[in-house]
Amino acid sequence: MIHEFDPYFNYRTTLFLTEKGFYEFWNWFDSESWYPLGRIIGGTLYPGLMVTAALIYWALRFLRFFVHIREVCVLTAPFFASNTTLVAYFFGKEIWDTGAGLVAAVLIAICPGYISRSVAGSYDNEAVAIFALLLTFYLFVKAVNTGSLAWALGSAFGYFYMVSAWGGYVFIINLVPLYVLVLLITGRYSMRLYIAYNCMYILGMLLAMQIRFVGFQHVQSGEHMGAMGVFLLMQVFYFLDWVKYQLNDTKLFQTFLRITVTSAILVGGIALGVGTASGYISPWTGRFYSLLDPTYAKDHIPIIASVSEHQPTAWSSFMFDYHILLFLFPAGLYFCFKRLSDATIFIVMYGLTSLYFAGVMVRLILVATPAVCLISAIAVSATVKNLTSLLRTKQKVSQTGSTKGAGSSKASSKVTLDQSQPFQKNGASALLVGVFYLLSRYAIHCTWVTSEAYSSPSIVLAARGAHGNRILFDDYREAYYWLRQNTPTDAKIMSWWDYGYQITAMGNRTVIVDNNTWNNTHIATVGRAMSSNEDEAYEIMRSLDVNYVLVVFGGVTGYSSDDINKFLWMVRIGGGVFPVIKEPDYLVNGEFRVDKGASPKMLNCLMYKLCYYRFGELTTEYGKPPGYDRARGGEIGNKDIKLEHLEEAYTTSNWIVRIYRVKPPTNRL
Amino acid sequence: MVKSTTKDAQDLFHSLRSTYVATPTNLKIIDLYVCFAVFTALIQVAYMALVGSFPFNSFLSGVLSCIGTAVLAVCLRIQVNKENKEFKDLAPERAFADFVLCNLVLHLVIINFLG
Repeated sequence: MIHEFDPYFNYRTTLFLTEKGFYEFWNWFDSESWYPLGRIIGGTLYPGLMVTAALIYWALRFLRFFVHIREVCVLTAPFFASNTTLVAYFFGKEIWDTGAGLVAAVLIAICPGYISRSVAGSYDNEAVAIFALLLTFYLFVKAVNTGSLAWALGSAFGYFYMVSAWGGYVFIINLVPLYVLVLLITGRYSMRLYIAYNCMYILGMLLAMQIRFVGFQHVQSGEHMGAMGVFLLMQVFYFLDWVKYQLNDTKLFQTFLRITVTSAILVGGIALGVGTASGYISPWTGRFYSLLDPTYAKDHIPIIASVSEHQPTAWSSFMFDYHILLFLFPAGLYFCFKRLSDATIFIVMYGLTSLYFAGVMVRLILVATPAVCLISAIAVSATVKNLTSLLRTKQKVSQTGSTKGAGSSKASSKVTLDQSQPFQKNGASALLVGVFYLLSRYAIHCTWVTSEAYSSPSIVLAARGAHGNRILFDDYREAYYWLRQNTPTDAKIMSWWDYGYQITAMGNRTVIVDNNTWNNTHIATVGRAMSSNEDEAYEIMRSLDVNYVLVVFGGVTGYSSDDINKFLWMVRIGGGVFPVIKEPDYLVNGEFRVDKGASPKMLNCLMYKLCYYRFGELTTEYGKPPGYDRARGGEIGNKDIKLEHLEEAYTTSNWIVRIYRVKPPTNRL
Repeated sequence: MVKSTTKDAQDLFHSLRSTYVATPTNLKIIDLYVCFAVFTALIQVAYMALVGSFPFNSFLSGVLSCIGTAVLAVCLRIQVNKENKEFKDLAPERAFADFVLCNLVLHLVIINFLG
């Protein structure tokens, strides 16, 4: 089964790709979402994931395994997670040695930070994107280490795959130039760096521009200008280096240096200034700007602030997702600094920058996971190596008792033993036992986390009954299939944007807004409709040709992610575009209430009426009055709700999803 | 002051020229190719300044193919140059093969991008 919300859209597009072929997919205009605007799907998605799943599907079909595309989609993420493990091994081998590679592969195989997005059923962009990210970084570091054009070409292809898979490719196109800059400044540059970066940048940029969604951003967007700046800087830098080598006379070279540097800075500065001022180079978009300035989204872009994945990370999340890797990370940093090389500088920079961003947004813990695993692996591998070599040399000295001179010199060349500490062997073995105990606790923690937190498909809810048995709430799918079977095929459904993808994929009906959230005004219109009273909302719904309204209500089951709890975000987003919606109108003394003391505007708004219609007659809990809302923990204020322009079409068995039909206008007479 | 800078420039020029004459012929051929590619790119930019950049993808693909092949030629020069200690055990045939492969990929992408 496909989990969550976004994977349903990805599944629908993959289905379309396998049924209609690549050309139709690339030029697809979808009129079933964002009614009446439609959506140019071919040009506004990252095709990597869908194309990968389709290729696997066609390969299996060619081998005469007739699987359903849904099975391929569900299992794509774990397949690529195992590929990531392989790449982590090679990357660890490149940075440190084979031991570190092995430990890195083991750590990343079960790390909860990565598992959260790569369970079977999580058919989302990050499933292949993290594989592409690590592959690109590995190939680039290999290119810098060997100086071979072939590896640099490989990293360009890795970058192309990353660009096709996820919008997070901006991280690569900024981290790699930053790394080059750091190497240039610290004087560790070499010819290999020039070859690696230039080949990757030019070929990678060209390949990336083949994706329609990315388009010309590599030369026009502020987020990509860093890479271009470093590219030009490199040309100037290496040219100066070559001239210096040719000249052998420092005085002449100084003058030449002065002239070139001033002219280069002037030209570069003027170009950048003109570009930014004239608006040709677009500034950093809100999504990435809110990473640099975390308070930006809350004030200016409520849609980005409202997503729960975009909240700042708490320490408990770090501990939950990383466990022992949290304190192995600084230890690994220490080892990296002891043995600095091009590769270790890269992994240190990757780790530090990604951890900073992981602190800003919860969902970016995923991007930091490979770096944390690799650096921790270095710590574990180096420590275990030191300890075991201590154990081994002790035995050698004790064996070669007669030829003591030769034996002790051999031993001292490997490890300098301190003869004044007689219990070193015991200490070393005790520490080794400690290390293995830690690693085993890590494994236990990871399996526990996976089973408790990251296995739920979130479209089917589970709870414990009174006798401890597990009860499943399948209301979402029940409602979507009701829509699919009982509404006319051209019906338009209005709901909050969270459910758009699922309604289109499972209910097969046109929706007004969905999870793509590309049009803020359209979403604000829906938010305004939900927050207004029934007559005003009816006007808006008539203007959008809405036939059915779908709301999610958790009052009967105690489900807390329902629309009433999201209601304030609807008000904020609606109020961001239509100033007639004011958030304080819905609050009482700054508090959000749904009981008798709630504000009148709240008690009469469409969302309230649709959620609590006929709820006043229902007894939800023993000993509580009828109309007791189990999610908010209070008795609702307005129990006698009458609907004038809508009528109830369907309520699921646990009242989680409620569907209403919009009545046509009454006759004028 | 001006005289000293012109004399400096002349000295610079002569010194560079004398050292450059000593470089092996194969490297000079690569340098010529790089200059040709950059020159072609500049002509394209001048043309774009005249007639506007309407099929922007065509303009980008033209300029980037020139810059790309220039950069790849510079990489080849670095790898083939006998004076670079880092690459002394890299066979020049391997370097050239890498160069050809990267150029092939570059031009395939350009053809797709040209529109």
